[in-house]
Amino acid sequence: MNMPLIKSENIRVSPIATARVLPIGRPKPPPLTDRLSVIGSSIAARIIPPAVVLAVGLVIWELLCRKSGATLPPPSVVLRDSWELIVDPFFDRGGIDKGLFWHLSASLQRVAVGYALASMTGIALGTLVGQSVWAMRGLDPIFQILRTVPPLAWLPLSLAAFRDGQPSAIFVIFITAIWPIIINTAVGIRNIPQDYRNVGAVLRLNHLEFFWKIMIPAAAPYIFTGLRIGIGLSWLAIVAAEMLIGGVGIGFFIWDAWNSSHISEIILALIYVGLIGFLLDRIVAAIAGFVTRGTAAN
Amino acid sequence: MTAYLKIDHLDKSFGEGAQATDVLRDISLGIEKGEYVSIIGHSGCGKSTLLNVVAGLTPATRGGVILDNREVNDPGPDRAVVFQNHSLLPWLTVYENVRLAVDKVFAGVKSRAERHAWTMHNLDLVQMGHAKDKRPAEISGGMKQRVGIARALAMEPKVLLLDEPFGALDALTRAHLQDSVMVLHQKLANTVLMITHDVDEAVLLSDRIVMMTNGPAARIGEVLDIPLPRPRKRLELAANQTYLKCRQRVLEFLYERHRYIEAA
Repeated sequence: MNMPLIKSENIRVSPIATARVLPIGRPKPPPLTDRLSVIGSSIAARIIPPAVVLAVGLVIWELLCRKSGATLPPPSVVLRDSWELIVDPFFDRGGIDKGLFWHLSASLQRVAVGYALASMTGIALGTLVGQSVWAMRGLDPIFQILRTVPPLAWLPLSLAAFRDGQPSAIFVIFITAIWPIIINTAVGIRNIPQDYRNVGAVLRLNHLEFFWKIMIPAAAPYIFTGLRIGIGLSWLAIVAAEMLIGGVGIGFFIWDAWNSSHISEIILALIYVGLIGFLLDRIVAAIAGFVTRGTAAN
Repeated sequence: MTAYLKIDHLDKSFGEGAQATDVLRDISLGIEKGEYVSIIGHSGCGKSTLLNVVAGLTPATRGGVILDNREVNDPGPDRAVVFQNHSLLPWLTVYENVRLAVDKVFAGVKSRAERHAWTMHNLDLVQMGHAKDKRPAEISGGMKQRVGIARALAMEPKVLLLDEPFGALDALTRAHLQDSVMVLHQKLANTVLMITHDVDEAVLLSDRIVMMTNGPAARIGEVLDIPLPRPRKRLELAANQTYLKCRQRVLEFLYERHRYIEAA
């Protein structure tokens, strides 16, 4: 502690030291071709490995299912059988004889309604449980039990209540997606640092201002984790629910194809289901990334 | 004539009944308008609790706090706090963090343009106007603390509460920020109550130093006036006899009479 004091005395006695400012050049941006090749190689690094795996998988599948007596069609047959469905997803011959686009969009609409309801209710209930000790004591044990009920087990009950397939399917989506949203929101609200609460208190924010300006942004990373799990579960549940309720929808399309022994159509539908589930997850993740920018890195 | 900020026979204990722990016992202190008072003590002596009671964030068990002839019961912008770990909201930019406070405190008093100007004025006071569009994660610790100070100043508080504001900073940044706070205090004549555990900082910045005994049931052990003229210069004070004497007094209090006893 004393050393710096003695040193500073010395400096004041000695003649003024001169210092030369070294010029620092602005770093040159790398040439365009270099940057392009960097971008190109990073894209290649992402695309090539899954492409290779996919190709190898298809070849093995082809070899295994080509033999006579194979129960499943090889990829070449799948492609030939379902070519009509692939090239024209928009046909509509009435009833349930529609292109895949219509089936998928019907499923997506059910998911959209059920998931939107689940998000709003889930965030509201999660906030309540996270904020109030008594609400948590009262509701949390019930939530913990209800969330373990498999989605499809709700379907007969909701059919009994609504007496119609459409609202029942939406209810199944709702009840499937809501638990992770409630639980993650509650954890997020409970984990708001005391400092932020203090800031709100010193500024005398009212309840509404505190909710919008501090609670929601602070809990946003948790809420979005819940929303992401929720969208994945909704998409899982819709296919199963639609198999049972019938009508237009990708779930019933698959069930219908099985009943007509169109195995190739099932495989095509599964690929679409997978791709859309992936897209839904990415969309929610992208929204999360945009909304919570800055929050995660404190 | 009572003091501007008066802490009156304040007791604070946590828990109830037989399990209650006394943290503060019979704290009485008066602070005049424009005065800079530091509270120093070993960690765990309850100095942060005292600040929280003054801020209204923690209720007092007995006794109370009177600011400008009004009793303090809940937190409010007339007692702006600069928190130890800056407590900026990470999802808002530097400007928005200060603007949030300005909008809340001056809603209906200042027009939109005036609130913008006042926000910028306070950011410029702490030399952070240039970083107004950055987020807290993008600026250094010292800069965050400057913004925290700007936010507190922007509330035009009756008393500014600093909770170890420089504790988390490196020595050079700390010295720089201390100088800034001195300049601001000189310019704005705020009433300041600062918590610190740094003896040099306390002597350099304060008009009076309140020394706390060790907890539990910490009391005010001694109050020391610092009769150094302002503006104070860090380098000139290094050899100043008054400065060294004051420093000595505080050191003796902390390390001889009320030595810190390591808990377990």
